[in-house]
Amino acid sequence: MEKYLPNIFFAVILIAGIGFFIHNVRKLFRNIKLGKDIDRTDRKPERWKNMAKIALGQYKMVRRPVSGILHIVVYIGFILINIEMLEIVFDGLFGTHRVFQPILGDTIYGFLIGNFEVLALLVLVSVIVFWFRRNIEKVKRFWSKEMTGWPKNDGNIILYFEIVLMSLFLIMNATDVKFQETGAGNVISQFIAPWFNGFSIEALHTIEKSAWWLHITGILIFLNYLYYSKHLHILLAFPNTYFANLKPKGQLTNLASVTKEVKMMMDPDADPYAMPEEGAEEEVPEKFGASDVTDLNWVQLMNAYTCTECGRCTSSCPANLTGKELSPRKIMMDTRDRLEEIGNNIDANGGEFKPDGKQLLNDYISPEELWACTSCNACVQECPIGIDPLSIIMDMRRYLVMEESAAPQELNSMMTNIENNGAPWQYSQMDRLNWKDED
Amino acid sequence: MNVPTMAEMMAQGKQPEVLFWVGAAGSYDDRAKKITKAFVKILQMANVDFAVLGTEESSTGDAAKRSGNEFLFQMQAITNIEVLNAYEVKTIVTYDPHSFNTLKNEYPELGGKYEVFHHTQYINKLIKEDRLSIDDTNLKGQRLTYHDPCYLGRANDVYETPRDLIRRLGVKVTEMKRSKSTALCCGAGGAQMFKEPEKGDKDINILRTEDALETNPQIIATGCPYCNTMMTDGIKYKEKEDQVVVKDIAELIAEANNL
Repeated sequence: MEKYLPNIFFAVILIAGIGFFIHNVRKLFRNIKLGKDIDRTDRKPERWKNMAKIALGQYKMVRRPVSGILHIVVYIGFILINIEMLEIVFDGLFGTHRVFQPILGDTIYGFLIGNFEVLALLVLVSVIVFWFRRNIEKVKRFWSKEMTGWPKNDGNIILYFEIVLMSLFLIMNATDVKFQETGAGNVISQFIAPWFNGFSIEALHTIEKSAWWLHITGILIFLNYLYYSKHLHILLAFPNTYFANLKPKGQLTNLASVTKEVKMMMDPDADPYAMPEEGAEEEVPEKFGASDVTDLNWVQLMNAYTCTECGRCTSSCPANLTGKELSPRKIMMDTRDRLEEIGNNIDANGGEFKPDGKQLLNDYISPEELWACTSCNACVQECPIGIDPLSIIMDMRRYLVMEESAAPQELNSMMTNIENNGAPWQYSQMDRLNWKDED
Repeated sequence: MNVPTMAEMMAQGKQPEVLFWVGAAGSYDDRAKKITKAFVKILQMANVDFAVLGTEESSTGDAAKRSGNEFLFQMQAITNIEVLNAYEVKTIVTYDPHSFNTLKNEYPELGGKYEVFHHTQYINKLIKEDRLSIDDTNLKGQRLTYHDPCYLGRANDVYETPRDLIRRLGVKVTEMKRSKSTALCCGAGGAQMFKEPEKGDKDINILRTEDALETNPQIIATGCPYCNTMMTDGIKYKEKEDQVVVKDIAELIAEANNL
């Protein structure tokens, strides 16, 4: 029995790690589904294509070549090295050691592990460069106002995780005496192995086993860290690009509820005193626009969870570049924070939301931020994974104007002019064609 | 200028091949009116059978929609659509990218389905159909940079068409460091044109003017009356109005063709 203790222990942490992850994924789904419905089931071939190009193919990442190429290295490394996870899980559960080596033969196995080792080194280097860019070079977009406290630490923690995991992988290989003796696939670890010269076989074995255990536990911890981190993008980038808006970026959504009312208002035959139709009494008038996250649609909420806070949006936002309060990244971070707050509230109150007197508007996002937007779509264009901060800004403006009549004074004048004389300025509509007779 | 209205056309039992949507700026703003006239001259030169709505034209509602006032937008849209449909309009051309975007993308859902062209697209079409050519001698060798209007560029992915026209002018084009899909907004979109900017350390049009001035241009070309205003203000702020002019592509073509 004692002989199987490691196997049992492994099975327990594996199940616990995956179990807790699933628990959080369910919470994630639940929270995203707090959003309003929106139909994104059309144009499936285009959606698959976008996902393949933008998420899988990362083609928008290289709009900024340095971070883009480094990111692709880390991404490919991450995906390929995780193939090794299959072997680790198998070895852990059945007490084998490098179970695939005899099955695949030294040549193929060596080829695979050799590539993983090279990738691990490349990832290690890239991640160190990332850390350098964040902390020493201080790339501006990582030092905005919203990037203090948790978001700042989160960014670094992810890098530390990756540094540790990659190092453990290489150390594990370097201290595996048999693996080094076979010489199949130790392309990088053979240069690390000499660091351990003079260690006894037992000591090497202990180091190897420890590295192995720390590696797998680290991966399970990292998996569960995702839900609390901006790193969730490694999973959500895929659905997020699939469900992204396919219409021209300039096209704002049409509010169908408004159309109904406007058509009734403009219908000369409509009777304003007519009794509501049978069954219509219970109909609660729909709220226009968004003051809280639950007024947004589920794609917008998924956007918020997908955001990895890279700040490409903010660094191209004309309002932000000229010192205004608006930061599209902050819009996404606020949306996620508020959604998490509501989710936690629901969890704490037995599955039901207890009003907390807070909302996304004012408590997180100020009208000043919203009114600074030029709707230029630079943020939408720049996002490497299809997030649309502009749609949230516009939905919140709609709430401000249609529910609270809280537009800036000059905009109210502009709108009054449009209402009165069909132009944003106070000119008579009868003068519209005067230009043709002027010099 | 001889500019027929849809009402006059209808009275004569005629249907023009295209409606020229002038837009509010093009109708009332002194600077923009020059663009309006330049474009009319181009249409006339190419013998395009066009008409305007004149006093029957009203705001598309773009600024209202982007201010968050969906009610006002839809009232404008539905009223305009009634007029357009009554005249059985099929094709619209406008030089305002905001009207272009709204007419093209936001009217169909409310029952207004038209083929909508930005004037750069329409002029390109006229050239392809051999109805118009551009004289490349008058502006030859002038240093020019082109500012992408957001509502033409990112909003509708029209980047090359205006550049195709510019190349025909014979000018020497230098792109700004931020151009095409990375172009910086002039600061007027999203109804900012009609309000003071929020507190900050610079105005957006100044930043964009600096982008343009880095290319050492004689001409800043654009394809939007609001961008034109913002860039013109920026040039004045930088006291460069003696060295640099801001022109719409239609004005440059009219100039090149001695119209």
